[in-house]
Amino acid sequence: MLQDYLLEENLPHFWCAGCGSGIVLQSLLRNIDKQGWKREDTVVVTGIGCWGKADDYIKTNTFHGTHGRALAFSTGIKLANPDLHVFTLMGDGDGITIGGNHLIHAARRNIDLVAIMVNNLNYGMTGGQYSGTTPRDAITKTSPYGHIETGFDVCRVVQAAGGSFVARGTVYDVVQLNKLIEQAIAHKGFSFVEVISPCPTHFGRSNHMAAAVEMMRWIKEQTVPLARAASMSPQELEGKFVTGVFENSQREDYSTAYQRVVDRLKGEAG
Amino acid sequence: MGKIRFMQGNEAMTEGAIAAGARFYAGYPITPSTEVAETSAIRLPQVGGVYIQMEDEIGSIAALIGAACAGKKAYTATSGPGLSLMAENLGVAVLGEVPCVIIDVQRSGPSTGMATRPAQGDVMQARWGTHGDHAMIALAPSSVQDCYDLMRTAFAYAQRYRTPVIFLADEIIGHLRERCVIPDPEEIPPAEQPDAIGNLQEYRPYDHTNGLAPLAAYGSKHIFKINGSMHDQMGRPCADPQNADQVIRHLSEKIEGAKDEITLTRAYRMEDASYVLIAYGGTARSALSAMELARAEGIPVGVLQLVTVWPVAEKEIDAALAQVKAVVVPELNLGQFIGEVRVRNRRNIPVVGVNRVDGKPIEPAEILEKLREVMA
Ligand code: SF4
Repeated sequence: MLQDYLLEENLPHFWCAGCGSGIVLQSLLRNIDKQGWKREDTVVVTGIGCWGKADDYIKTNTFHGTHGRALAFSTGIKLANPDLHVFTLMGDGDGITIGGNHLIHAARRNIDLVAIMVNNLNYGMTGGQYSGTTPRDAITKTSPYGHIETGFDVCRVVQAAGGSFVARGTVYDVVQLNKLIEQAIAHKGFSFVEVISPCPTHFGRSNHMAAAVEMMRWIKEQTVPLARAASMSPQELEGKFVTGVFENSQREDYSTAYQRVVDRLKGEAG
Repeated sequence: MGKIRFMQGNEAMTEGAIAAGARFYAGYPITPSTEVAETSAIRLPQVGGVYIQMEDEIGSIAALIGAACAGKKAYTATSGPGLSLMAENLGVAVLGEVPCVIIDVQRSGPSTGMATRPAQGDVMQARWGTHGDHAMIALAPSSVQDCYDLMRTAFAYAQRYRTPVIFLADEIIGHLRERCVIPDPEEIPPAEQPDAIGNLQEYRPYDHTNGLAPLAAYGSKHIFKINGSMHDQMGRPCADPQNADQVIRHLSEKIEGAKDEITLTRAYRMEDASYVLIAYGGTARSALSAMELARAEGIPVGVLQLVTVWPVAEKEIDAALAQVKAVVVPELNLGQFIGEVRVRNRRNIPVVGVNRVDGKPIEPAEILEKLREVMA
């Protein structure tokens, strides 16, 4: 039951009306609930930002540290006890902007955990400044004349870095989102799900989409399923959110490889 | 009896850490601490522990903290520039109350400075490197034996006070080679374990009303929150002013209030001393040699060695100040610790420093010369 994982004493939650964070949290907790694990064997690690508040509403073990470092804390937790189920919740500020270095290295090492990056295209908690995923030309509090940088295609970055499960969904399509998180949990290795999520309060308001429905409609319009993207030109795909599973491959995860070394040494000593 | 090994300071730190029960190392190589990483990479997998080289020092200390929450005794080794990068997450260990040991083999700074040259320039960084009010424990070894033995003390303090501990070594000691007695395994007392944690449902990671709450481990029967933001007793975020006041005072009080236990000092020839040299780390060796030279000339001088640099050994410093006519404080910096002596100088006796920042150790003769100056 969702109630087994949702810490209700801290509700109502902190997120604005129309924010996507609550939808992702529900999808995540329902999927964790389905696993039949013992609650004490799960650790949820969060970054700092609106999505980083998620641990306040979760009944498993949680760790709330610093902005951008959630994956590094998670690496320590997972390596110290590989039996734990580790979930790392990051925003686009955490995940790819200040913490991009940890993201590519966790992917390269293939640390066996599930990383969920909620991408709301700006810094919500600090009032709507641009992040590493803010699209070109978008208005934010710190790009008042239109953003002149290009945002990361985060899934491509993680895939290139060696992430063994890489997917993108949106909060508009919850059915797909549920499926992607389910697959990420089932996958052994570094499992990365990027979720495009509306921030009507800041990104929306600055870009003529102050109403939650308008932001949601925009996300829907910008979304292109992977199968359809294959037949589109780079120009047509510019600024679009391609959704689906980009990578789902088997590669030995870090803890398994490490244990092989330990076992070999034991054998040599014995 | 143990066995005698000829070892380097950095290697002795690794062996000392493992003997103290440490089973997790995350670090980023930096001169002059790399031998700690290299020896840990060899030794930890042999004892079933984890060695990982992280992408930077920010990630290194984060991984340490994570591993400590999952029940491992964890350590890292770095030098000044790396400690600077660790500063923010050092605060997570402080406010999150997560035990871990950070070895800082100090080198000449600021910035990249002179990477292979000794210095003691991180004394204040160790104390105040992370922002916000907090107390800090820093231990400074002055021999290879110290590197081995004090590592157990560092882990014991980290555990007992649920705090990061800085092992404030320096290039002189890190690269020193000398004999070190390694006790036989049966002679090594079992590592300090946190008290048993009581009732399952009632575990509150930050409830210190009946003494410091022990830290449970992720994966044990307990379910708990560790929080680097201001939190209540359950680890839930909490912005209540009264709670914040209590928590921040507690962070200082748990260490400053246990000073008598934490401050380790060594007094040499203080019985009849009219002068004292107050020193720590590699510089304590120069002070001891200077003392021998002075004594040979009939100058009644003693040495007060601060093994614990932070918190300040107030009692011992006060006693020395009450006894002597003048104090000399040699430091491989421009006087980062001497202020702590000066603020307790109620009799207004001369308190002078011998300071070097040219990347060379302080010569005993320099200390002796300063001593003669203050005597004149
Ligand atoms: S500011 Fe934006 S991201 Fe933050 S809670 Fe509000 S809508 Fe969500």
